[in-house]
Amino acid sequence: MSASAAEPAIVARRGRPLSWALALPLAWVALVVFLAITADWIGLPDPAAQELILRRKPPSAEFLLGTDNLGRDMLSRIIYGGRTSLIVGICAPFFGFLIGGAIGMSAGYFRGKVDLLAVGFIDILLAFPTLVLALTFVAYLGQSLFNVTLALGILSIPAAARVSRANTLAWANRDFVLAARTIGASNWRILTREILPNVLPAMFAFWLVAVSVIIVAEGALSFLGLGIPAPQPSWGGMIADGREALDVAPHTALIPAAVMFLTVLSLNFLGDMVRNLVDPRRSAL
Amino acid sequence: MSGAVSGGPLLSVRDARVGFGTVRGLLRAVDGVSFDLQAGRTLGIVGESGSGKSVLVRSLIGLVGTGSGAIVGGEVRLDGQDLRGLSAASFRHLLGRDIGIVFQDPMTSLNPVMKIGRQIGEGLRLNRGLDSAAAARRAVELLVEVGIPEPERRASQYPHELSGGMRQRVAIAIAIACEPKLLIADEPTTALDVTVQRQILDLLQREQRERGMAMILITHDLGVAAGRADDIMVMYAGRAVEMATTREIFRGPRMPYTEALLRSLPRLTDPTHTRLSAIPGRPPDLARRGTGCSFAPRCTYRSGRCEAEEPVLSREGGRGFACFNPLGTSGGAGA
Amino acid sequence: MSDLLRMTDLNVEYPVGGGRHVHAVSDVTLAVRKGETLGLVGESGSGKSSLARALLQLPPPKAGSVLFDGNELTQMRGEALRAVRPRLQMIFQDPIASLNPRRRVAEIVAEPLVVSGVRDPAERTRRVRAVMEAVGLDPDVVWTRRPHEFSGGQCQRIAIARALVLEPKLIVCDEPVSALDVSIRAQILNLLEDMKARFGLTLLFIAHDLAVVKSVSDRVAVMYLGRLCEVADSASLFATPAHPYTAALMAAIPVPDPDIPLGDTKLRPGDPPSPLDPPSGCRFRTRCPHAEARCAAEVPPLREIAAGREVACHFPLIG
Ligand SMILES: Nc1ncnc2c1ncn2[C@@H]1O[C@H](COP(=O)(O)OP(=O)(O)OP(=O)(O)O)[C@@H](O)[C@H]1O
Ligand SMILES: Nc1ncnc2c1ncn2[C@@H]1O[C@H](COP(=O)(O)OP(=O)(O)OP(=O)(O)O)[C@@H](O)[C@H]1O
Ligand code: SF4
Ligand SMILES: [Mg+2]
Ligand SMILES: [Mg+2]
Repeated sequence: MSASAAEPAIVARRGRPLSWALALPLAWVALVVFLAITADWIGLPDPAAQELILRRKPPSAEFLLGTDNLGRDMLSRIIYGGRTSLIVGICAPFFGFLIGGAIGMSAGYFRGKVDLLAVGFIDILLAFPTLVLALTFVAYLGQSLFNVTLALGILSIPAAARVSRANTLAWANRDFVLAARTIGASNWRILTREILPNVLPAMFAFWLVAVSVIIVAEGALSFLGLGIPAPQPSWGGMIADGREALDVAPHTALIPAAVMFLTVLSLNFLGDMVRNLVDPRRSAL
Repeated sequence: MSGAVSGGPLLSVRDARVGFGTVRGLLRAVDGVSFDLQAGRTLGIVGESGSGKSVLVRSLIGLVGTGSGAIVGGEVRLDGQDLRGLSAASFRHLLGRDIGIVFQDPMTSLNPVMKIGRQIGEGLRLNRGLDSAAAARRAVELLVEVGIPEPERRASQYPHELSGGMRQRVAIAIAIACEPKLLIADEPTTALDVTVQRQILDLLQREQRERGMAMILITHDLGVAAGRADDIMVMYAGRAVEMATTREIFRGPRMPYTEALLRSLPRLTDPTHTRLSAIPGRPPDLARRGTGCSFAPRCTYRSGRCEAEEPVLSREGGRGFACFNPLGTSGGAGA
Repeated sequence: MSDLLRMTDLNVEYPVGGGRHVHAVSDVTLAVRKGETLGLVGESGSGKSSLARALLQLPPPKAGSVLFDGNELTQMRGEALRAVRPRLQMIFQDPIASLNPRRRVAEIVAEPLVVSGVRDPAERTRRVRAVMEAVGLDPDVVWTRRPHEFSGGQCQRIAIARALVLEPKLIVCDEPVSALDVSIRAQILNLLEDMKARFGLTLLFIAHDLAVVKSVSDRVAVMYLGRLCEVADSASLFATPAHPYTAALMAAIPVPDPDIPLGDTKLRPGDPPSPLDPPSGCRFRTRCPHAEARCAAEVPPLREIAAGREVACHFPLIG
């Protein structure tokens, strides 16, 4: 038995370098979040200050991203608008996930009647045309940051409930849940200690995607004139304003649109990555 | 197996190697395995989970492709024909005609949306040039042969309509349809109950004898190997550590791992609460293998040499073992 | 010896739609005596796990009684049942799935203490360390690690530590070594034997491997398609099986010795029937070599044919 034969030439694949597909979206989202937080301290001009002589100026050294229909500084408005969009984008799904997650987890864990009720509720919510529901809601309660966030939050309940229900169903049948019951753990403890930590990563990944969906939805509301009220800037509102001057000053609509596009794309990328990364069994290999 | 070359072996494997590139480095799943298999004989490959049994036989028949990121080395000859470097198309041809395979889980090897009769006849149409009617007739004959009642009705059913045992019988019918020279059975009964396992093993053995096929029977159950194999190859951490006839293995193992494995088995002949002699520790991580014998950390007979040098599978009187202190020698560990 | 656990006419059914039911466990009456290991063998789908879960009321059986340590478990709910649970623990077949992948080993083993109200963290740490050492885990090494960093055998040790930490009276072991490698199996079997002696445990040991069952069990119960076939002490059961199914099972085991000829199971050809639609009378009759008309007509009751030997067969092989 000769063990002398030449070893096959082997190129071992080393640990994957942080890929561009992860680094670029991460950098972009980090930049947007950083600017939104520090907007007040980095010497930006007032986003609401109008200078009608300087309206619709293209980007220049003085106005890096130009000015809008009312002569307000676009860069400042993009950054402050990012703050608004992020607040709505982050808080609305958070609210939705808190409620939807609780509904979904209870449905998946208790099954039976609870499940029937929950699924019925989700289906009813889904049966309403999404945007119409949000429009009605905002029109009825009045336009404010809080109401827009609340309306969009309610809209994200069904999706959150579905994701958490499906994940809970998968985890609740595991033997470790049975083991927790053999030691007499309460349902609350099993839900929070055994199941929740396993459902959270999938919820987090989905939440990232939901943030991007809500940012777009807020844009749509603004477009229909029921978004965040002026003069507070938001990306959706800026696109809506810029639409009037699309022929003479296209940058007023295109720049916020591009920023929104990049942010949404990045969040989607990250959501997909997180889903793969946080799985402990997969990262074990 | 035992070097006695009369007409040459049916299957000859030299220095088979399979490596997988993983994030933790190169994983040597199969690390220099050589053996011969004569026509009409059954070689049992035993070893614990992850020892490389499946990867070894899959690599022989081209089922561990370079496509999966695997690196495959060594020489494989079937009836004198070199199998390495065969194109995927020629392998497909070979697999239906000269080599039959039975896997552990028949549900994954059978096509769920094709009727059973048609699946059995498929190989006959492709490799034997039978027309559909003739293939269908032959399929029913094969179903009778593998012991399936009401073969005509079963032939027009789908896999999910059969029990696990019956599915495995169908898988065997497909494997033997074209009268292969070599039958590979990878844990064919692990998923089945003992009484059904018995029937399936009986069937495999009968077919193998009647057709004079060579068979490779992979199992982690030493009892299955004892009853069905002529020769046994024991694998540990990707290597063949002992090779001998079945009786030699069970009567006088030379490699300490084989011995430890046999001693650790609970036996029906022992009274209740007999303490088992467990093997301490666990198998090495294949991606982080150090020098020396891979069993050394768990071996009671190890010496300084075992940790420094790697024992090769030596040949002594027709049997092989990879150990510096083989059992049953005066200089070694003794009995 | 007195009975620690006694189940009477236990029935477990699962609805499968269309108003049909899987009869997973039917009319099982069986006792586990204090201090013994009772082996429970049977093929896949014979209802072993269903029986184990019904004992623990997870979920409660459809019918029947489970008397454990003076408590009628089937009549208990909520808080009362939770108070009994620490005395009745379980070990599972798949050691990796039985541990929460997101929690650390120390937390997993301490969880039963937390749940049963041991408030003092120092006390918990002391007891967790002690039990880890008992099962052969080094507390300093495993403490903050997570289950996926361990092999199957190590995970089973962690699961055993979790079951032991409350010092239960009875542990139901559902195929605790089936998923483990041959070379690891003996370690875990020895460990269970040691723990049984050390903590004065009673075990219900479920397995499908007869040799494994024999090596640990004082008495053995054989199940087929949801019904008990035979209950006897281990030595006489393996020496002279009384039920035709036990005999077939024993003849079918592959013995790791090439000089022992394969036994004859004498089974009629054919597959095990479906538990959705079990045969009338004796459930084994479709494969039994001794079946007669009576076997189809009457369910053979489990009856005592000799001291300590119970058989459910109209024509037992002995007695
Ligand atoms: N595609 C793959 N990529 C990376 N590693 C692999 C791959 N396939 C197999 N391996 C590794 O190769 C080793 C040998 O695996 P193999 O399936 O041959 O074991 P085995 O002896 O058949 O075990 P079992 O009894 O569990 O079937 C294992 O460590 C396994 O994790
Ligand atoms: N939740 C369930 N729903 C429907 N049927 C079930 C369920 N659990 C088990 N069964 C069925 O009940 C029968 C008994 O199953 P059980 O798991 O108790 O058998 P077992 O003896 O433990 O088998 P194994 O050796 O495979 O673990 C089987 O036919 C199984 O398919
Ligand atoms: S009762 Fe009849 S069918 Fe059942 S085991 Fe006995 S002889 Fe066989
Ligand atoms: Mg394998
Ligand atoms: Mg089971």
